[in-house]
Amino acid sequence: MPDTIQNMQVIPLDYYIFFCSALFAIGVVGVLVKRNALVIFMSIELMLNSANLLLAAFSAYRNDPAGQIFVFFIMVVAAAEVAIGLALLVMIYRSTHTIDINVLNKLKW
Amino acid sequence: MVFSRYLFFILSFVAIYAALKVLISKSPMHSVLYLTLAFFAIAGHYILLNAQFLAVVHIIVYAGAIMVLFIYTVMLLNLNIQGEFPKSKFANIASTIAGGLLLLTLIAIFKSYDLKVIANPALNQIGLVKSLGKVLFEDYFLPFELSSVLFLAAMVGAVMLGKKDIY
Repeated sequence: MPDTIQNMQVIPLDYYIFFCSALFAIGVVGVLVKRNALVIFMSIELMLNSANLLLAAFSAYRNDPAGQIFVFFIMVVAAAEVAIGLALLVMIYRSTHTIDINVLNKLKW
Repeated sequence: MVFSRYLFFILSFVAIYAALKVLISKSPMHSVLYLTLAFFAIAGHYILLNAQFLAVVHIIVYAGAIMVLFIYTVMLLNLNIQGEFPKSKFANIASTIAGGLLLLTLIAIFKSYDLKVIANPALNQIGLVKSLGKVLFEDYFLPFELSSVLFLAAMVGAVMLGKKDIY
């Protein structure tokens, strides 16, 4: 059976699942732990990237190009999100002179 | 083929190390640089998956555009504020435990499905520009054009928010 031989030689899909889950968890911990808004943005980028990589891995292992197209669109949205987010951050910094998110809790209640 | 597995482990180690360093680093500038390292490791993963188009787009978009945005924001606005935001130890430990539990849950969810591998990523050609371009411009043409509108809106929004006298 040539299929099984091929499947034994490739990297198991589980490895990608473990790796991407770890990367996603690191991103979540970053959002929860950090108070610097800039670093929280970076953690969000990490989470987006782990989801992207898992989509690409599933797409490659199941021979379906739609997954990789979705990764492309997620990158588009991430780029737009970063542009807007950093502009907002700059505006907040101009008016409050801090990027500590604990100061920006006016909308919390 | 064993070589590709070693490469996978090296790239994963670099990516996770860099991701942890993003959180551990005190200064935002170091975080940005470590994030760039993590992005390059992920680009290596795309190449390993034979998704060459994604690897190139990833480097251009993330290492080329998003990182430049981050670094410019940190440097031009002098946002390189080091470790001035202490958080309570309890909150840190609770967040880390929550993240670990999330990791366990994610792995358990994925393991509960019987994921079938039907293709060898080293042999299939779907990640190349030719095949992805065909899919993109035949099946996903409308979303592709709409994404350009999204970019235009984002650009206008960023310029408007960045202007000084909008209040």
